[in-house]
Parts: sequence; C-alpha cells; structure tokens
Amino acid sequence: MTELRRVAIVGSMRTPFCRSNTAYKALSNQEMLTTAIQALVNQHNLHGVKLDEVNAGAVVTHAADWNLARETVLGTTLSPNTPATTIQQACGTSLQGALMAAAKIASGEIDCAIAAGTDTTSDASIVFSKKFSRRLIAVNAAKTFGQRLKAFRGFSLKELAPVPPSNGEPRTGLSMGDHCELMAKEWQISREDQDALAAASHQKAAAAYEEGFFDDLMTPMAGVERDNNMRPDSTPEALAKLRPAYDRKSGKGTLTAGNSTPLTDGAAAVLLASEEWAAARGLPVLAYLRMGRTSALDFVAGEGLLMAPTVAVAELLQRTGLGLQDFDYYEIHEAFAAQVLCTLKAWEDDTFCREKLGLDGALGAIDRSKLNVKGSSLAVGHPFAATGARVVGVLAKLLNEKGSGRGLVSVCTAGGMGVAAIIEK
Amino acid sequence: MKDGYMKFVHSGAGRVIAKTLGLPIPAKLRRKGAPSTLGPVLIGGGELTGLLQSQVAELGYQLGSTPKQKVHALVFDATSIKTPGELANLYRFFRQNIRRMDRCGRALVISRPPEDCDSPEQHIAMRALRGFIRSLGKEMRAGGTSQLIELSAGAEQNLPSTLSFCLSPVSAYVSAQTIRVNAVELAETADPKAPLAGQTVLVTGAARGIGRAIAETVASYGAMVIGVDVPPMQGELDKVCRDIGGRALPLDICADDAAALICEAARANGGLDCIVHNAGITRDKSLAAMSDVQWDLTMAVNLQAPLTINAALLEAGLINDGGRIVGVASISGIAGNKGQTNYAASKAGVIGMVERYSSVLSAQSISVNAVAPGFIETEMTAKIPFGIRQAGRRMSSLQQGGLPVDVAQTVAWLANPQSIGVTGNVVRVCGQNLLGA
Ligand SMILES: NC(=O)c1ccc[n+]([C@@H]2O[C@H](COP(=O)([O-])OP(=O)(O)OC[C@H]3O[C@@H](n4cnc5c(N)ncnc54)[C@H](O)[C@@H]3O)[C@@H](O)[C@H]2O)c1
Repeated sequence: MTELRRVAIVGSMRTPFCRSNTAYKALSNQEMLTTAIQALVNQHNLHGVKLDEVNAGAVVTHAADWNLARETVLGTTLSPNTPATTIQQACGTSLQGALMAAAKIASGEIDCAIAAGTDTTSDASIVFSKKFSRRLIAVNAAKTFGQRLKAFRGFSLKELAPVPPSNGEPRTGLSMGDHCELMAKEWQISREDQDALAAASHQKAAAAYEEGFFDDLMTPMAGVERDNNMRPDSTPEALAKLRPAYDRKSGKGTLTAGNSTPLTDGAAAVLLASEEWAAARGLPVLAYLRMGRTSALDFVAGEGLLMAPTVAVAELLQRTGLGLQDFDYYEIHEAFAAQVLCTLKAWEDDTFCREKLGLDGALGAIDRSKLNVKGSSLAVGHPFAATGARVVGVLAKLLNEKGSGRGLVSVCTAGGMGVAAIIEK
Repeated sequence: MKDGYMKFVHSGAGRVIAKTLGLPIPAKLRRKGAPSTLGPVLIGGGELTGLLQSQVAELGYQLGSTPKQKVHALVFDATSIKTPGELANLYRFFRQNIRRMDRCGRALVISRPPEDCDSPEQHIAMRALRGFIRSLGKEMRAGGTSQLIELSAGAEQNLPSTLSFCLSPVSAYVSAQTIRVNAVELAETADPKAPLAGQTVLVTGAARGIGRAIAETVASYGAMVIGVDVPPMQGELDKVCRDIGGRALPLDICADDAAALICEAARANGGLDCIVHNAGITRDKSLAAMSDVQWDLTMAVNLQAPLTINAALLEAGLINDGGRIVGVASISGIAGNKGQTNYAASKAGVIGMVERYSSVLSAQSISVNAVAPGFIETEMTAKIPFGIRQAGRRMSSLQQGGLPVDVAQTVAWLANPQSIGVTGNVVRVCGQNLLGA
C-alpha cells in the first residue's frame, strides 16, 4: 500500500440559511445546491475544471431528484466530465461526503472533490396515501375505459388527503424533539442552561458577521445575504419566556422553539484536494481533514437518539491516541441545545464512559470557550444535509487564521448515528 | 413624452383587445434599478469559455443553473470557430437553450473581427455572425436583445466593461449591434459602482432631453460634469448642473468664441477625460423647399461645431491621454430620411468623424465613438406628427421608443475609462429599428 496523503481543505461556500417557507420558498434543492457549488467554483476559478468526484445530497428530496448531485454538476461551470454521487446520511450527509472523498484523496485514488449538501423543507414532496397511489398506478396501466373505471371503484375523498412529510423517527414514532426531550430529562439538563447556550450561539454568530468572518464563506442567494434565523439581540431572559415545544403538558418540558433548530433551507459545499493538486492550481490549503468516524447506537432499545456522537468521538480519539482536551476548537452541531449539553455531560460522566463507551473512565470536560466559537446551528439554522459542509468550512477557516491547531467536529443524525472528524493545521 | 399605446396594451382590457386584433404588444423593458434579481447566465463555445465564465462571475452574475430555471443570458464564444461549417456549434448552443431565455434576456456572441482573420474561411465565418445576431435580435421575445462583440486577439482584459454593458439592463434599448473591442492598455480598475470617479466629462446640449440624461447618468457613476447649453436655456442648465454637482457653461457651440471658452473650462479642470457632443437640432424640409438657414444651421450645430471644438481641444492638449470622444449621430444618418437631407448629412458626417479620428487618435489612446439613437421619447420627437410618431415607435424589434436614459447609459459605457478598447464604433440605440438596418 502506498503511503497516505494529507487531505487539504481548500475552501468552502454556503448560501445564507433561511427558515423554512421564508425567502427560499420558491427554490428547489437543485437550485440551492447549484448556487453553493457554483460559488465555490467561482471563488477558486474552477470553470471548466474536471473534478474527480462530487458527493452531494439532500435529506428531504423529491423522487425526481434521484440523480441530484450529477444533475447539479451539469448546471455548473465545472467540466461536464465531473462525475457525481448522490448521497444521504441524514444530518451527517455532507460531512460523510467529505470523509468519503477524503479517504480516496488520502489513498491516492482521486485528487480533488467537492462534498456538499442542501435541504429545503419549503419544497417537500406531497405524498399521496398508499391507497390512492395504487389507484394511480392502476389507471396508468389500464388499457380500456372499463379498467380505468375499475381502478377507482370504492374511491373515497379521504384518500386525497396528502400525507405530510414528517421528521419523526419511523421506529419509535417520536419526533426528534421528543427524543431530545427524553435525553434532556435523563441527563437532567436545565432549561436555563439550554437557553444560555442558545443565546450564546446567536451572539457569537452575530459577532462573527460583524467582524466579516463569513464574508468569504458565503454567497448571496435570492437577494438574501445573512441567515434569517439569527437574532443578535437574543438573551437567555427572552428565551426563557417561550413555551415548551415538545412536552407541552407535563410542565417539565424544557425544549422550546428557541433552544431547538428551526426547519431551515440552504446549501453548503466544501472543496477537498491533495496538496499537490491545490499547489498546481495555486490554491490555498486552509487545513487538513485528518480522520473521521461514524457510529450508531441502538436508540430503539432505549439509548438516547442523539447520543451517538459521544461514541463516534470516543472511537476517533482511541484511533488517534488523542485526548478530548487536545483541541483548540470544538464544533459540536447544535441540533438542540440539550443535545450539545447531554453530549458534554456524558463525556464527563465516569459511568457512561465506562459502560457505554467502553473506556477506562470519563473523557472529561472541555474548555467551553473553545466550543462553537462562531455560533452554530441554533443561530444560523440547520438545513440538514448542508450542516456538515458548513461546519468543516468554518473550522478550516478558524484553523487557517490561527495558523496551527486542531479542531473536533461532531454531528448527530436521525436514526441514532453520529459523525465525527478531526481537522488540523 | 408618454407612449399612450404602450400604456393601453399593458392595461387589462387593452391587452385583450391588442391580442384579438393581433396588434403588437411591446414588452416593458427592464432598466437599471428594477428590483428583480437576474437569472443565471449560460456560457458555451470555444477556448475563451473559461475566461468568460470568470469575467461574468466577477460582474456578479449567477452562473450555475438548473434545467427548470429561466436564464438571463446566453453567451457563446465563437472565437474558436475556424470555418463556416463550425458555425453549427453556435446554432446548436442557441437552438438548445433559446427557449429558456427569461424576459428581457440577452443573447451575446463573442467573435473575432473578420478582417483580422488569417484564413478566408474564418473571415467568412466571423462575418456570417453579423447576420445571425441581427436575425436573432428580431426573434428575441419579451424585450430581449442580442449583440455581437468582435474581440481583437489579446483584448481579453478590455472585454469586461462591454460584457457588463451588454448583459446589464443598462443596454435595454440596444440590440443587434456589432461592437468591436481592441487591445489597449487599461488604467487601474476603478470601483465598479463608480467607474467614472475622478473623471471630467463635458456634455453639450445638457439642459434637457438626451443631453440632460447623459449628464445625470455619467454623474451618477462619479464623473464631474461640465454642462453646456445655449444661454436661453441657462435656467434649465443651471438646475441640471446644480443637482449633479457639476458646472454649467452656457454658450452656443456655434459661436466664434465657443471653442476658446470650452478650452478654458477644460484647462481649469485639468483637461477633459471625455467630451460628449450631444447638442443637435433638426430643421426638416424637403430639399426642394429647404432654406439656406435650415441647411447651414443644422450642419453648423450637428457637425461643424463638434469638429471645431475637437480640433481646438486636441491642439491645446486638453483631451487627456486615454480620453474618450463620444458623438451623437442618428439612425437618420445611416438610413436617410425624407425631409432630412441636412440632418442626415450632418449625422452621417458625425459617423465620418468617428471613422477618421478613431484611427488618427489611437496613438494617444483616445477613443472616438458615437451613439446613433433611433426613436427616443424627447421634445425633439414630440414635434413629429402623431401618425408618424406611432409608426416610429413600433418600427423596431422592441416595438417601442427608447428613453433618454437608454442613450445616456450607452454613452456612459463608452465614456468609461475601462472601455478604452472600444473605438471607431457607431452603436445604435434604437431597439433594432428597421431603418438602415
Ligand atoms: N430624440 C431622438 O429621437 C433622437 C434621435 C436621434 C438622434 N438624436 C440626437 O440626440 C441629440 C439630443 O437630442 P434631444 O432629443 O435630446 O434634443 P433636444 O432638442 O431635446 O435637446 C437638445 C439640446 O441641445 C441644445 N442645443 C441645441 N443647439 C445648441 C447649440 N448651438 N449650442 C448649445 N446647445 C445647443 C438645446 O438647447 C437642447 O437643450 C441630438 O444630437 C439629436 O440629433 C435624437
């Protein structure tokens, strides 16, 4: 086997993120993904360039988008000879896309790739009831008028009621918020701590905008230049006034619309390459994607749905011999404030680390001042598949500005999975 | 001047009536300042494709698109076409994409000047494009335009200002034009929002109509304007100049001391970076009935005064190196017009001035161009009798008259120091008027 190569993060671009059914309600996933990838192409002058791979996807898709990544590439100014793979791993999609490409770059199989993700819940497909769908298929297949008529025998108007898309877990019937509420109760995460984390996320993101941190990471879309979920004036006191969003009845619910991410539309993309490829094109190396790890746990049997990142990170640390404290930045995706707080608490918990992570003892606490320093999903929003690429881009830029250092990424996903990665400079 | 018919067909009932009677329904042109965001630009063709893509992206246009999206512009690089047979590539590009064109879309072809081509096949193929672009202009729907840019070899850096003009709503009423861009060393790129910052521009006939729009437009791009008009118009002239922070210079350009006064004003401002010879008059009469005064006055204002003033300024070195001279011709000067032997002669003379002086002054990097307005809604055209006026408006591919600002934006493009590679061009601002085309 040849020696592994370092994987350079060359740059990233994203659209501003917007709350569902607001500024992007007329846009499709393909349009948003095209905008993000094209902006990355423009920024690095990749017009007509053949990339070895584009891994991209969306979580909420139309059946017609089965070849989303390749169709998107064909609409950009990248060489049409650039192959693309449509991928999906819930909220881990674009981070997983980056890890897949990175492994191939490291092994020498490819030299350059884009990993990207997009999501819109404004353009979700309306699904007809099973019964009505079967009738439509029968009508299509019918050859005679009689057969056609037969297809509609016993038809009731109720069948026409569309089945709304849901982000509930198919195996538990609970929504992600319900699951996270259970986790918050199990780990005794207070409402105050959640609101404080959420307010801090807004304030840090707003400060990052003010200093121009996002200027070269973002491209305007549909006249929007900033994430429209962000509230610079957000305070824990104001957030404390919101009513629980999931557990509305018991009086013990702590998750609210303020400390949970809203449904969001947007897209993000990141460019990875070998150092040689970047140098040949005169492109910068912001940081290196060192290693990733994906884990899953049995949430159906009662594990916390969004606790898998604790496992992924523990396994990643074991493989690299690093400690949880050996990082300059932590980018822990904020699906819910409670998810982040549960994760941190679990790492500090001796029993959890022994029993669930198979370690000798607790991983310990992290320096909170290094956590999500430019704000995270609670502030900017969370278009599911786009978040991984956003986070990689932010962390790479942070490390580049610092000059050297190490950062940890973790993203929790539906289905009880977690994706983690280490980025270094 | 209001175009009542245009208003009528855009009213609910008017549209129905116009459709039933098969009357033309002119599109509402998208002009600068319209709030909508423009759709993506699709670029294809030869070796310059990548360069065009980066220049177009740099101009702030969206490049990526999905098949469902309407596109704002189709841009084809025809510079790699070597034979007439290869024109099929151009045909295919537009054939495949033309239906995706949004309203007020732009079709743009970049080619090489035919006479620069070494091989006869390429010369002929490049020449063929002029016919293509003119026909496409007539087929464009809903306010769309087409242009051909003949780019000299090595003039790639000179392209962006013209690319920007052709793609942007500022060229709303310019269609089916062939624009030649030469390779000329460029000054530092200025702030794209104020490309005329620090430039002194003198505009004659600035008190009203097209001249006023020119003064206001170049000022909006940062220019210091010296406005000239006849003393009886001083009230209007002062107001225009005050509003744009410019300087009023009331004088009759035909007066004996006009050139000297203009030189004095130019000197006081460190020389002129651009002069726009806009002042013009009509004295229409059939030749048989024309008086000497009608002939003499028209020739004096429209042609002789610009020539005298240019000569004096150049002699005194008061047109700065890299300066621009912009004449205002007319489609009458190209096509001729009944009752306008005097006017058409003067305006064709302006075209002669462009042809002659552009080559003479190229050594000093001074560009000489003219705009040739078609039917523009001003007090000049308001004098035309009703029936002819209506016909004048409709007799173009865009089926409407233009506005003074359309001419002014075209002048502003030619006045831009980044456009110095554009010289010897007569650009019609006529919505592809049938006259002389
Ligand atoms: N309006 C059109 O449709 C049209 C079409 C083709 C060409 N043009 C040309 O565009 C130019 C402007 O036309 P317009 O429609 O704005 O006309 P206009 O009559 O509205 O304005 C012309 C201005 O020039 C000034 N002027 C005339 N003689 C002058 C002199 N001797 N010295 C100084 N100033 C003098 C006038 O006072 C007036 O302010 C003219 O050259 C005209 O020939 C106009």
